[in-house]
Amino acid sequence: MTPSLPPRRTLADREDILGAMMLGPALAYVILLVGVPFAFAIALGFSNATAGSLSFEWAGLDNYVAILGDPIFLRALCNSVVVTVGSQVLVVVLATAAAQVFRATFRGKRFARFVLLLPWAVPVSLAAIAWTWIFDSTFSVINWTLKAAGLLHGWLYWLGDPALALLAIIIVQAWRIFPFATVIVLAGLSSIPQEIVEASIVDGAGFWRRLFRVELPLLLPVVAVAVLFGVVYTATDLGVVYILTGGGPANTTHVLPTLAFQRGILGADLGQGAAIAVFLLPFLIVVAIGMLRLAHRTEVGGAR
Amino acid sequence: MDLSIRDGEFLVLLGSSGSGKTTLLRMIAGLEQPTSGEIHIGDQRVDGDVPPRARGIAMVFQSYALYPHRTVFQNISFPLEVSRTPRKQIEEKVRWAAEMFSITRYLDRYPRQLSGGERQRVALCRALVRDPKVFLLDEPLANLDAKLRNTARDDLKRFQRQIQTTTVYVTHDQVEAMGLGDRIVVMERGKVRQVGTPQEVYEDPVDTFVATFVGQPPMNLLDTGDPSLPPRTLTGFRPEHFLPQSVFGSGEELRTFRFAVRRVEYLGSDRYVYGSVAVSGTPDATIIAKLPATIALAIPEGETHAFAVPRRALRYFDPETGLRR
Repeated sequence: MTPSLPPRRTLADREDILGAMMLGPALAYVILLVGVPFAFAIALGFSNATAGSLSFEWAGLDNYVAILGDPIFLRALCNSVVVTVGSQVLVVVLATAAAQVFRATFRGKRFARFVLLLPWAVPVSLAAIAWTWIFDSTFSVINWTLKAAGLLHGWLYWLGDPALALLAIIIVQAWRIFPFATVIVLAGLSSIPQEIVEASIVDGAGFWRRLFRVELPLLLPVVAVAVLFGVVYTATDLGVVYILTGGGPANTTHVLPTLAFQRGILGADLGQGAAIAVFLLPFLIVVAIGMLRLAHRTEVGGAR
Repeated sequence: MDLSIRDGEFLVLLGSSGSGKTTLLRMIAGLEQPTSGEIHIGDQRVDGDVPPRARGIAMVFQSYALYPHRTVFQNISFPLEVSRTPRKQIEEKVRWAAEMFSITRYLDRYPRQLSGGERQRVALCRALVRDPKVFLLDEPLANLDAKLRNTARDDLKRFQRQIQTTTVYVTHDQVEAMGLGDRIVVMERGKVRQVGTPQEVYEDPVDTFVATFVGQPPMNLLDTGDPSLPPRTLTGFRPEHFLPQSVFGSGEELRTFRFAVRRVEYLGSDRYVYGSVAVSGTPDATIIAKLPATIALAIPEGETHAFAVPRRALRYFDPETGLRR
């Protein structure tokens, strides 16, 4: 006889109840802290609510009409697209290159990988503050380096010139996302069967042809997932732009999240802020669905 | 090791896993570098700096290693694209190769839409279009089911005879090795044990390793303690030569044994008879007799029978070194 075994079903045996119990907290968290504010935001976008007053009236599409006629909003929308696309292009190139490097074996690889992952682990605000010094109008290490190397005549006002400021934002966003993308691409690379790579070597393909004709096509689903994460992170990020340029100079470098914050919180126009904030949502959903379908369609599976 | 492969020859590297046969193949291909020694293909020395693409070799991998994102046509044409062959010529060559392996109707499909046998033929096509000096095949039949393997083996041999290209073929399957090879290289732990035609390797193994590795069931080895032999000599004979004494004609010179039968295995075309013989040196050794179905004689289990081996089928080995005596 085995006296210590309980004769009846205990709670641990009841997977139906146990499952609900364990999922409960996470579900409550998502509903209360993501779902409810999200529903509020959508509702606010159709209202004329302001901070500092409890009045709430439906305004229909007024907010959307107003922002679509607003050059600052259109500029911010354009910037959002440029920053997102620009940074992700940079990320794909950097991540693919870095993954090739980390596939090789070399001394100090573990340390290098640790350093690589730092940008991803550092809080956005801290990193952005460090970058404001790198792009500083007087102390910019980039300018001084270029000057010392004799490559720069004159001076670059990184955060003072709208075009350069946008470039600076793209660089920081790419820097922030690419370690994560590298890890994903590295995992994708290691999932390519070694024999396929060797077959292409025997078939006579050199490094570049192997990369573009064999490895990248096979990596496409994985890269699509990495880019999808990157697009969502970048398009919804407030911190980098807010700290780096604050939307300046003269509102030329706003992206939608910073503009929404400025209008809705600082400017107290909750309705318009919410409208700006949720404006990108339908587009992001379309992009996400598109990329997931791409990943699914090109998921060719192994040779067997 | 010192191994030279003749032009146009079908050479099989046979060995169990870890015997170094695949490593040897990969060194010929240039996928691995030898720590010492030289490799020549034709009159060109290729070890060291000559990359795989410059060696004039083509390789078929065990998993076929087809490019999953490319159609069959694009798979076969890949090596030609790499060598910047004109489009028209690529088209012609791919069609020619595809016809040779009768896969023309699959050219627009993707590898995942093909069966194992079809994939294997695509892999062979991809190797063929390069006009290589040497074909390197790494267990290309291992992933096929048993039935398909027979026809694939036949196709492979026919194809190699037709194009007359030197072929190095790696396998651990001795049936494949015997059936395909002009010569077989038996390898063990990185060393070549014997090089010879299938017949030489089977009938005149140079040592006890080859004697027991090649042949199914393996060669029987026992110390008979025969006074006419040098002391401590292993006598070897193939199971199919070990038959009831009554089946031999009177003109044959025989070595007879008292065979204590333990178990009889009926396999349709053959019967395997397991037992032992009462000899001095190795009293417990299991001896196997392989009786063809044409011998209908009843062999009851648990009894002792008079068995015999023709003297010409006996082989002698040194038990210390394993070498032939």
